[in-house]
Amino acid sequence: MSDNILEIKDLVVHYITDEGVVEAVNGLNMTLKRGETLGLVGETGAGKTTTALSILRLVPNPPGKIISGEIHFDGENLLELSEEEMRSIRGNKISMIFQDPMTSLNPVMTVGEQIAEGIEIHQGLSTDEAMEKAHEMLELVGIPRERAIDYPHQFSGGMKQRVVIAIALACNPSLLIADEPTTALDVTIQAQVLELMRNLREEFNTAMILITHDLGIVAETCDKVAVMYAGEVIEYATLEQLFENPKHPYTIGLFGSIPSLEHDVERLKPIKGLMPDPTNLPSGCPFHPRCSHAQDICKERKPIVTNIEEGHMVKCLIYEGVIEAKEVL
Amino acid sequence: MLIPVIIGVTFIVYSIMFFTPGDPALIILGENAPEEQVEKLREEMGLNDPFIIQYLRFLKNALKGDFGRSYSTRKPVFNEVFSRFPATLKLSTAGLLLAVAIGIPIGIISATRQYSLLDSITMVLALLGVSMPNFWLGLMLILLFSVRLGLLPSGGDVGFASLILPAITLGTGVAAIITRMTRSSMLEVIRQDYIRTARAKGVAERRVINKHALKNALIPVVTVIGLQFGYLLGGAVLTETVFSWPGVGRLMVEAIKQKDTPVVLASVIFMSVVFSIVNLLVDILYAFLDPRIKSQYR
Ligand SMILES: Nc1ncnc2c1ncn2[C@@H]1O[C@H](COP(=O)(O)OP(=O)(O)OP(=O)(O)O)[C@@H](O)[C@H]1O
Ligand code: SF4
Ligand SMILES: [Mg+2]
Repeated sequence: MSDNILEIKDLVVHYITDEGVVEAVNGLNMTLKRGETLGLVGETGAGKTTTALSILRLVPNPPGKIISGEIHFDGENLLELSEEEMRSIRGNKISMIFQDPMTSLNPVMTVGEQIAEGIEIHQGLSTDEAMEKAHEMLELVGIPRERAIDYPHQFSGGMKQRVVIAIALACNPSLLIADEPTTALDVTIQAQVLELMRNLREEFNTAMILITHDLGIVAETCDKVAVMYAGEVIEYATLEQLFENPKHPYTIGLFGSIPSLEHDVERLKPIKGLMPDPTNLPSGCPFHPRCSHAQDICKERKPIVTNIEEGHMVKCLIYEGVIEAKEVL
Repeated sequence: MLIPVIIGVTFIVYSIMFFTPGDPALIILGENAPEEQVEKLREEMGLNDPFIIQYLRFLKNALKGDFGRSYSTRKPVFNEVFSRFPATLKLSTAGLLLAVAIGIPIGIISATRQYSLLDSITMVLALLGVSMPNFWLGLMLILLFSVRLGLLPSGGDVGFASLILPAITLGTGVAAIITRMTRSSMLEVIRQDYIRTARAKGVAERRVINKHALKNALIPVVTVIGLQFGYLLGGAVLTETVFSWPGVGRLMVEAIKQKDTPVVLASVIFMSVVFSIVNLLVDILYAFLDPRIKSQYR
């Protein structure tokens, strides 16, 4: 068995709409080791959610379509599985937590039913046994088991997200994808929910992809970080490497001038200029219209992956030795 | 709420009956009755009093529970209405069941295959169904199935076969409305996040639709069904007339022709009450479907 629980190779995902083809993910590469937590960061529209949905093969179709690439999970290419085989993986070996707990629970089913459902499907338990397990899951996320018969509207936002976490972890998945799991919550609740997720991840030894805008959360939670821009991972490194020694001009911009694990890290700093129009991406390096180091060649030549050191990769012509940086990076 | 509505409605109906031509006394006694006899009857029935006096007298009696007797049969009006109601209920229920049995499944299928050929055909048919006048559809069905093919009776309440054509006539428009409503509600629901959550759990697509989406999608549909049932009960007038169906609607039409004001009023009041009861039942059903409402009542 390979070390990697997940390997994504050259993934391309498009949304085919009336306004044009949205190139949401463009040749994305990413690996994740067992039990590891990867932070996936990037501005809105970078393709983070689309990448996550692709792993579960739940990109809404139409308009979305996985054009090409490979997603190896546990050695199997998910994109080659039948829908039936894929269903036995969803909620079982790979689970996903969505951004908004207010809308991710079914308003007409009790939370107990909603947790038990996945257990019943994947573990071949009877309805009663599944419900008993659901009660245990509720307690695990800090909700009294008696509340299993309640409906989502009877819970607060933070409690709902706990229920969502219980659903996701019910079958002890080996990969958990959390798409901005705390963005919709109050700050104090955020901390509690994150703490819960970190504890459970350790307890179950679950690998995790954590999608977030919040570099503070990344610093507290992740082992590895992948920075996405215009549907590509443009820098990939360990937490220390990235925070101590960011390389890509975009990443450097994200951290502001003094990135450091010791300093208070804030939310992603806005970078001048806008995210490119995904229906009409710039040629060459997609970051060139906003890059202060950009030179003419950046408009034509697409950067390839350069290894800075073991486990630290970046896509920028500076590190390919093609151009010189304007100041020392 | 019901009382002011009924007062308003009866006032309007009373005015219309009063100010349209036709003399109940003359109709009761026949065209050739001697003038003094007619005049005597008019005096007896209070028909010579001013409009407002007549209306208030009606209202006063009605509040005491006395709605008067039919001018033509001399029986208490509600006996007349009640004796006709089972036929109306039977027809409306049949029409509604037909509409639900067609509308909900087709609406679901159409929504799950949005923009497919099947969906387009359904939507065109639904448009036709909504815009087709009842009486016209009824006449066409009679022409085809009764006159031409001789398969089904063209009128009256004479067993199951006689129910088929009027139920289709009545149910078509409602089926079209339910289809559209189910489709749009379903389309709305399957875009929701909780449907994505269900899929992410590994729930099979069939179950996603039938368990997760349907119950949510049906909540607004039930309201529409309830309203439509109310309309069917009250609005079967044309269909009952076309098919000589012995229901309340036809009773009302006959009463209007004969200037039998008490029967017309009783029919209208009865329909209003039935309509309200149906709405109440829908509210109860609604709470049953939607736990968010149920817990408000606790
Ligand atoms: N259903 C859809 N139809 C059309 N375009 C879509 C759809 N979903 C996403 N997109 C587009 O694909 C691109 C990537 O979207 P995605 O949601 O993956 O970004 P994201 O990185 O998750 O952003 P955010 O931080 O806002 O969640 C965006 O340009 C978005 O507008
Ligand atoms: S390749 Fe050129 S434009 Fe792109 S990030 Fe590097 S320097 Fe900037
Ligand atoms: Mg997103």
